[in-house]
Amino acid sequence: MSAPVHFKFVETPRRVREDRRFVAGRGRFVADVRLPGMVHVALVPSQHPAARIIEIDAAAALAMPGVHAVVAGAELAAAVDPMMNGLDTPNVRRFPLAVGQVRYNGEWIAAVVADSRAQAEDAAELVEASYEALPFVLDAEAALKPDSVPVHPDHGSNVLLDRTFVWGDVAQHFAQSPHQIAFRVTWGRNSTVPVETFGVVVAWDPWNEILDVWASIQMPKYADQIARALRLPANAVRVHYDVDVGGSYGVKRGIKHTVLAGYLARRLNRPVRLIEDRLENMRAGDAHGPDRIFDVTVAFDSDGIINSMKMRALDNVGAYAGRAPFQLGKPVGAIVGPYRIKSVEYRAVSVTSNKAAQEAVRGFGQAPTNYAIETAIDRVAAALGLERIEVRRRNFIRKDEFPYLIPSGTRYDSGDYHTVVDKVLAHVDWPALQQQREQLRAQGLLAGIGISACLEPSGGNSSFEPLLNPKNTTSTWMESCRINVDALGYVTATIHTTSSGQGHETLAATVIGEVLQIDPDRIRIVRPDSLASLPGNSPVGSRMAIMLGGAAFHAADKLKRKLIRIAAHQFGCAEADVDYATGGIKQRGGPGQLSWIDLVTIAHRNFHLLPAEMEPGLETTHVMQVPTGEALPTPDGRVQMYPCHSFEFHVVLVAIDPDLGKPEFRRYVIGHDCGTVINPAIVKGMTLGGIAHGIGAALLEEFVYDDQGQMISQSFMDYVLPSAHEIPEVEIVHHCTPSPFTVLGQKGSGESGYLGAPAAVASAINDALAPLGIVMSKLPIRIPELSDAIAAARASK
Amino acid sequence: MKVELNVNNARASVEVEPRTTLVDCLRDNLGLTGTHTGCEHGICGACTVLLEGEPVRACLMLAVQADGYAITTIEAVAPAPGELSIVQDAFCETHGLQCGFCTPGMVLTAEALLRRIPDPTRADIVSAISANICRCTGYGQIVEAIALAAKRLAGSNLPRQVVPGEPA
Ligand code: FES
Ligand code: FES
Repeated sequence: MSAPVHFKFVETPRRVREDRRFVAGRGRFVADVRLPGMVHVALVPSQHPAARIIEIDAAAALAMPGVHAVVAGAELAAAVDPMMNGLDTPNVRRFPLAVGQVRYNGEWIAAVVADSRAQAEDAAELVEASYEALPFVLDAEAALKPDSVPVHPDHGSNVLLDRTFVWGDVAQHFAQSPHQIAFRVTWGRNSTVPVETFGVVVAWDPWNEILDVWASIQMPKYADQIARALRLPANAVRVHYDVDVGGSYGVKRGIKHTVLAGYLARRLNRPVRLIEDRLENMRAGDAHGPDRIFDVTVAFDSDGIINSMKMRALDNVGAYAGRAPFQLGKPVGAIVGPYRIKSVEYRAVSVTSNKAAQEAVRGFGQAPTNYAIETAIDRVAAALGLERIEVRRRNFIRKDEFPYLIPSGTRYDSGDYHTVVDKVLAHVDWPALQQQREQLRAQGLLAGIGISACLEPSGGNSSFEPLLNPKNTTSTWMESCRINVDALGYVTATIHTTSSGQGHETLAATVIGEVLQIDPDRIRIVRPDSLASLPGNSPVGSRMAIMLGGAAFHAADKLKRKLIRIAAHQFGCAEADVDYATGGIKQRGGPGQLSWIDLVTIAHRNFHLLPAEMEPGLETTHVMQVPTGEALPTPDGRVQMYPCHSFEFHVVLVAIDPDLGKPEFRRYVIGHDCGTVINPAIVKGMTLGGIAHGIGAALLEEFVYDDQGQMISQSFMDYVLPSAHEIPEVEIVHHCTPSPFTVLGQKGSGESGYLGAPAAVASAINDALAPLGIVMSKLPIRIPELSDAIAAARASK
Repeated sequence: MKVELNVNNARASVEVEPRTTLVDCLRDNLGLTGTHTGCEHGICGACTVLLEGEPVRACLMLAVQADGYAITTIEAVAPAPGELSIVQDAFCETHGLQCGFCTPGMVLTAEALLRRIPDPTRADIVSAISANICRCTGYGQIVEAIALAAKRLAGSNLPRQVVPGEPA
């Protein structure tokens, strides 16, 4: 951290510049992009979870008014390359449309293109497909069995990944520990489910040989992947980043949609628009998240100190590989959470099944892992009759131990967990909260306090790729910023990605304003298209405060140094002998003084006044590599995953009417430490939004399949998103432990709340149920299951 | 078929199929893309518009059913280009949004609530917006925005009629 401790704009309550256009309804989302001659796509879904496609008869559909084409998998597969897999699994091939065989209910078998979406939908209903049904498998444990039907026969089994890591002396730590507990917890298949579905508009210009793409996208290397699959030169794909994305939190990947629309646009020579409807989105829109069973054993001492942990995570990625298996890799970087667990055995198993393909979800696998780790702490406390917070305190890494190297090879940057906990307990009045729980219990309610403490790894590199795929040697994971000061002295800076609500324009302007000491509101932020962009990796892994913030900081710092050189040259003094303040420069101990516009004029118009070999104009760029991203994983799987680690500590009071089984929040407090906060309103919003999302994952949300392989959560009536009624008022207790690895001490916060809320809510419910002797160990804990469990327990008493 | 609509205080004559929803008509025929669709089955509230001043779901209504009613979309809430209403400004002040996709529906819902209940309790606000899903914010800063707007409206000398196209 090299910045001033007192900030002028950073950390101050400033408005988020993006908000103005949105409150006026003047955002520009992908569905707002209209091109002349544009045609519309509707998809034909598979009714089977697994079947061989015998024939697709499009004659009736093609005869419908306005219909231009019906394209099925065979035609598409001949013209495009398969989409990229994350792991080295070449026989798990995936195309945007099913080729020969369908592998999940809802998988697209054909695309219908018509003058309007309504016409395309009408015609899609007339596409006749005949199938030969095949055996299918939905359950991860069944899929793992050697005799299971393979979802991809060419791959030979359903196992995409089965790797066991041992970090430290697990055997010895287990042998030496007087206690062990083993348990299983299950994370149901939920997702981020943005209110905007995925959409893309593609136009092919055959005269310039360029494919223009407007998409609701949040995907690293998106343009590259589209070009590769469509067999186009990468510089023939131009992605427009000035599209507002209506929420993503990880899932807006859209490679298959874009490859399909790109193919159709070229074949028909018309702009093509593919906007999912909600059913297409939920059934087949790359919309599902982790679906995971954890088997955990921990070895611990009588005072609650946990010495070692064995964890097996079995993840059901659905029908195709994609990047989903990497969601077992990212948690390696925080596999011990905030605790000093000395050794870990981690077995990561990823299997295919006949469910929809899994995609990246907020936290990239960390929220489920945190739920498993936090459950372990609660179980240890219960086994020893110790207070749950006390067990956490005893196991926390102490603030004087940072940077702290965890067994799996990541060095945590900084933290002060004990202080955050103290602050939260003081804020909630811990004894009073416990009393309140007793009062609720005395009223005949089931009442419980939930606790969770967890980390948000942030800064997002891609170390899980080489960790899990030896053929992948990616260590670079950069972000960039370019600043240009025009001849009139106005500042314009670039960002090279779409945004989905994270406030990147505000972020970049605030940081540049801070460094240059000029009003951020006067800085224009623009988004060049992908061909005019500097390298970047999109807003994944809670990285933009660190990476875009870092790139903007360094670019601004270079600009400032250029101004200083110009000024020192005019004054005839050393660069060290000038002072930069609010855009102007003064000679220290001398008469020299130049204002911002003087300096700009010299740079733009007075080449004769510039230092030798300085380029004219005022433009700087910075391409920033992720901090600590220096090495590939070691052969035994030790790896520096993300550079920064934010901390959150949740305390939740829940009351349940035993007859209704509906959990109600009576108090929700989170202690949050994400280092230096660049914009307080943005960080607050992300934390509150993440908690709401986590409450959904804990209580409401799951993509459910029936035993026939049909997905039955097909609308917002079956997949319930929390409304304002379900989300309590949340109190945030702040703490700031700056990161030593970032320019302003900032860490990430894009996943905050979501990473700890599910564990906290589960912990509260289990505390409430403890008097009945029941434990809920699968998320979501929905009202029917909860009320049934309570009724059964009461009946047996 | 031909429908006569009264949208944002202007008459518009549009040619639609009988099955065209109001939201598709607003977006496709009239180019009013501030009204969004998130589910098209009446749950998310992204398509909220005001019909005679009351929030309705434009995905659950056919364009032909709107014939003759005063419809207000988000485009009419700002008093002038570049100038925000008190409610819109309050959303900016508290950052009552992130991606902005649910926001037009939230703002219109808030405008209607504050016209009905100038001094809402937290429960009033929660209940008014509970039919609009926001996936980004967790609602906290939206509730704050509406409470702030109520306070500012009470202290302003604006006429109570903040929604255009309303009978006075
Ligand atoms: S789009 Fe109308 S309620 Fe969701
Ligand atoms: S602001 Fe994104 S859904 Fe509400």
